[in-house]
Order: sequence, then C-alpha cells, then structure tokens
Amino acid sequence: MSARDSVLAGVRRSLGVTGTEAPRRFEVERRLAEAPAGVVPERGQGDAGQRLATFKAEAERAQASVAEVATRAEVPAEVARFLRDANCPATVRMGADPRLAAMPWSETALEISSGPSDGHDLNAVSFAFAGIAETGTLALVSGADNPTTLNFLPDNHIVVLRRADVVADYEAAIARLRAAYGKGGAPRTLNLVAGPSRSGDIEQTLLLGAHGPRRLHIVISD
Amino acid sequence: MTAVATTPRFKANVHEALTDVRLQGAMTFARNFAGRRAAAAERLPEFEALRDSARAIKDHTLAHLDLYLEAYERKVVESGGHVHFAEDAEAARKIVVGLCKGLGAKSVTKGKSMISEEIGLNAAIEAAGIEAVETDLGEYIIQLRHETPSHIIAPAIHVTARDVEQDFRKAHRELPPERDLSRPEQLLGEARGVLRAKFLAADAGITGANFLIAETGASVIVTNEGNGDLTQILPRAHIVIASIEKIVPTLEDAAQLLRVLARSATGQDASVYTTFSTGPRRAGDPDGPSEYHVVLLDNGRSAMLGGEFEDMLRCIRCGACMNHCPVYQAVGGHAYGWVYPGPMGAVLTPSLIGVAEGGQLPNASTFCGRCEEVCPVRIPLPKMMRHWREREFARGLSPAPQRFGLGAWAFFAARPALYRFATGLAARALHLAGRRKGRFASAPLAGGWTRYRDLAAPQGATFQSRWRAKNGAVK
Repeated sequence: MSARDSVLAGVRRSLGVTGTEAPRRFEVERRLAEAPAGVVPERGQGDAGQRLATFKAEAERAQASVAEVATRAEVPAEVARFLRDANCPATVRMGADPRLAAMPWSETALEISSGPSDGHDLNAVSFAFAGIAETGTLALVSGADNPTTLNFLPDNHIVVLRRADVVADYEAAIARLRAAYGKGGAPRTLNLVAGPSRSGDIEQTLLLGAHGPRRLHIVISD
Repeated sequence: MTAVATTPRFKANVHEALTDVRLQGAMTFARNFAGRRAAAAERLPEFEALRDSARAIKDHTLAHLDLYLEAYERKVVESGGHVHFAEDAEAARKIVVGLCKGLGAKSVTKGKSMISEEIGLNAAIEAAGIEAVETDLGEYIIQLRHETPSHIIAPAIHVTARDVEQDFRKAHRELPPERDLSRPEQLLGEARGVLRAKFLAADAGITGANFLIAETGASVIVTNEGNGDLTQILPRAHIVIASIEKIVPTLEDAAQLLRVLARSATGQDASVYTTFSTGPRRAGDPDGPSEYHVVLLDNGRSAMLGGEFEDMLRCIRCGACMNHCPVYQAVGGHAYGWVYPGPMGAVLTPSLIGVAEGGQLPNASTFCGRCEEVCPVRIPLPKMMRHWREREFARGLSPAPQRFGLGAWAFFAARPALYRFATGLAARALHLAGRRKGRFASAPLAGGWTRYRDLAAPQGATFQSRWRAKNGAVK
C-alpha cells in the first residue's frame, strides 16, 4: 500500500467511512462549488467613498503611507516626491504592466528599470490587483506585469491602486479573483500585504523592515 | 520526533525554569500578548461570531478530511505541483531530503514551520551535507543557539536582546568586531543583511503552511517579516511541509480563519504578508520556483479523528492558549520538553508521542480555563487535559502518593456526611493553627506548594457550609 493510500485509509478508519458514501461526496462537492461566505465584518462596507476612507485609515494603522492623486498621469510625480522626501535614490524598478508603462515617467528625473528584482534594487513600483478596505490590505498577483520579487526585495515598495479596485472585504476580493482566473483557478502567487515588513522577535519590540520592504507607500489614483 | 524529548522529566524541567533568573526576566515580554489580543477582539464586533464560524469550518473539514485531501491533491497536480504523503516523521524527512538531493542543493532556506520542528527536519538536511538556514528572525536566533522554539509563534521569546548580541558576535565573525549592536534595530539590520545573502544563494526553499485550500490547491503562509516569501520565491524549488489537518475547503473558509488567526496570535487585524501559492512558475512568469512540492504529514493525526481528542485537530497554531496560560508564563516553553508547549502542547504531545512519554504535561494546568476562553476555534483544552489525566491514572502512570491521595479523597467524597464532617473539622483546625499569620510558610504533605508560595489558612468554614449559609441547601 502506498503512503497515500495508507494515510487516506487511516483517516477513513478513524472516521468510520469508506469514502464512497454519496451524501458525503455530495456535501463536499457542494461546498467547493458554492463556497459560502460565512461571517463578513461590517467594517469595510459602505459606498465607494466610505470604502476608500476605511482602506486609507486601516492601511495607515498598519504603518503604510497613503497618497491620493486625481489621475494616473500624476502617479510618477508622486513617486518622485515620496522618494525625495524619504531621502532615497531616484531609481525605480517595475514590471511590464501596461498601466504603469503608460504613465509619464519621463516627466520626472526617475531612472526606470524593468523586470524582476535580483535583490539589488532599492525601490519598486507595482500595480495592485485590489485593495481590501476591511484591513487596509493590498492584493497583488504574480506574473510579468508585476513580478512577485518586487514585493519583497526592495527597501521601498510603492503600490498604485485604482479607486475602483478598493473593495469592502476579503470575500469581494475573492470574487474578483474568480472573475479573473476562473472558479478554482488562481495566480501562481497571490500576496495580501498589510503594511511594511516587521518583526517582534527580539524582546517583543516591534521593528519595521525585517526581511521585506522597510516602507510601503500606496498611491491611489483613477 | 525531534532528537530529544525531555517531556518525561517535566517536573525537573519546571524546577529549573522557575529558578532560572535570566529566563524569568525574558518571560516578562510574553505578557504583552494578552492585552493586544483583547484590544483586537474588542475592535471587531463580529469576533465571537467568527470564532464560531472558524470552529464550524474546521469541524466540517475534519469530518470530510479524506475527500478534501483528494480534492486538494487533484488541484495541486492540475497546477503542475507534486503531492507526497508521509505517514510519519521519518518518511517526511526522507522525502524532503530526497527532493533536496535531487535538486543537487547545497543550501536551503526555511520559513518558520512547526512541522519542521516536529519531524526534526534541519538535522536530517544537514546530515545529508546540505546547509539549512532558518530565516524567521526568532528561528534564526534559536538555530544559532542550537535550541528549540519555546513558543509556537515567538520561538525566541525566552532570549533577551543581550543574548542575541552575543550569539551574533559569535556567528557573524566576518563582520567588524567593534560594531555597535546595543539596540534591537541594529540586531535586526545585521540579520537582514546576513540572511539576504542566504536567500539569494539558496537552491530550495522550505515553508510550512497555515492553510491548504482544496478549492484551488493553494498553500497559504502568514508572516510579518516576509521571510517566508523570500524563501519560496527565489530558489528553484518550493517545498511545502504541512500536516493533513491544515486543509480548508475554500478561499472563503480561509478568509474566516485568517480573521481570527492574526487577532488571536499577535493582536494584529491582519498579518503583514498572507501569501497564497499555487503550483510552480507559469509560462511568462519572470520569477518564482520552477518546482513546487507539498509533503502531507500524518504522524498520528489520522488516529486522533473520531476520538475524544479530535477537537485538537481544529488548532490553527495561534499561540493564544499559551499567551494566556499562568503555567506557561511561569515556566516558559522549554520545560514542556518537546515541540509544542502550553495548553495546546499539553493536549497534543501525548497524542503524538504517547501518554507514557508525554502524560505529565496535562497535569501542568490550574484549570483556570483561560485557554479555552481565548481559543479562536474553541478547543475545550481543559476538558481534554482532564481526559489525559484520567488515562494516565487508569494506566497506573501517575505517582503512588498521588494515587493514594486520590483514593483517600474518593473514599470521603463518596460518603457525603463523612466528607462534610471531615472537611469541616480540617477547616476549623487549620484556621486555628494559622490564625496568627493567616497563611502557612510550610505545611506537611504540601511542600511542593509552599516551596514557591504560602498556603492561605482557611477562614474556619468549608465552601459547602458557607454556600448553604448564603444560598440555602445545596441541591
């Protein structure tokens, strides 16, 4: 008997089942198909304005900084301002996201490089898949548009988020994922990010910038 | 099983811990957790309802675990990953070491994983001539110290900043000896620099999983540092090692559990990084691992299903029970002698390593019930510790004086009139004997108690007689 069969047989022996019972199979298939929502907190709910206000407040509570600009064309200037104020070099790395590529980076003094990070980049810009108001969390998906290494290796991570992509709760973000990847489908990596990296492992003192970014700056635009 | 379980000498461990001044100093930091959890729960009106929901999800999954394991396996394979089942620790070690050797790995990075501790994975990897590097700051510290974790989410909670400074000076010889490491942020900065090089050089990355999602085949890790992500995204292979009860049906179910996990663990509304990983890198992906493996470990868990300890399999390893446990706070995690400390460890350890080895741990409870009050999945920990005590007694494993004492107590307790008479007499006698100070600094047969604190003298009446005086007859 293979280890697989032996583990499954052990589970079935303890549960007193054979694995062929139709009602059990039906119950599992139904649960996977319907994916019931459970308890959804009130906190993130409300109209677009309320959701955005909650998102900003919660993201700042998680020690991210948040800036809002009117249009996407203003994003490069905001990125340049943030890096200048933080006394960081005017270089950024980003993926192939066409929404980022369409921004007027040449109007700033920023030096742009593209592709995944090899660990030597100080600053990166990503475009978020969604923002979750409930906890001020960003959802980022892997791929050539926004390489996952950019979320973790640079010291400063700047994330652009569309106002229209701020959703109330995890369940709303999951619904968007299903719409994008199909039911049961998923990106290789989905990162939910709430604030910059931190550790409390030395005497339970909270320190920012453990292994991931020391700063997380969110730029909200159209 | 890890190399040395010192659980059978639990009592000696406790005496050592209570007289260890350095440890007692470090353990004061553990007291911050309770207030943070309370504040986070307070901030979310739906928190109690979410705990009920979390419990129901786990119960449903455990009752259908065979089918969810099959569904999960199908989705992992569909996404290009590999699933390996392991019946016990040795099988799991062999699989992981085999995968690392197959990759020709020279070094592997590791995200924090209690399953890795449970099966003693690092020793096995290093025995194969491969460097294993823990990357969670707390795990890295205890790896340098050749210790085991003393807390399931804060593994180095027993270590002070000064200890870390000494460990780093000893381990990081290539750095200038005159460097300043007096502040915690300097220690963190040094670890960041040293480990960054390890991340970039690793051939494989091994992480645990907080959840495995049957609907999509994703493994989920939750961290604050981002170390688990660098561990899995940079090397050629990502190896996940998780026990079978980590399965949940859907993404929605994971969302319910995530809402109680961070709040119960650190008091955060959400951990900084919650990462869902599905299979290896895809066509067009510029980064990510080329291979994705999941090792599913049983190691005694399937035998717990359907029995009186099944509820323990709901555990999501948040650590709230130990953060609220007066015994854990007093003795720290190492006294428990194996991988899992605190109330959850006291229940789980005898299930996994046997009652003969781990049977003493369920006695490490005052039955104050705080662990059950804060458990996000409402595991009846005190009740299960009582079950273990009954088993230990039934198997004749408890010490003779305790068995004699319980027998004597049972003789009186079964004869209510005699019991009332005898306890009434004792309460009056002790009241008279102790009336001058109101407490005893030592007492016959109670040396274990009075060694660390005084015994309060009774006020002259038994609980039953006072109850009757206040509320009428006992029904």
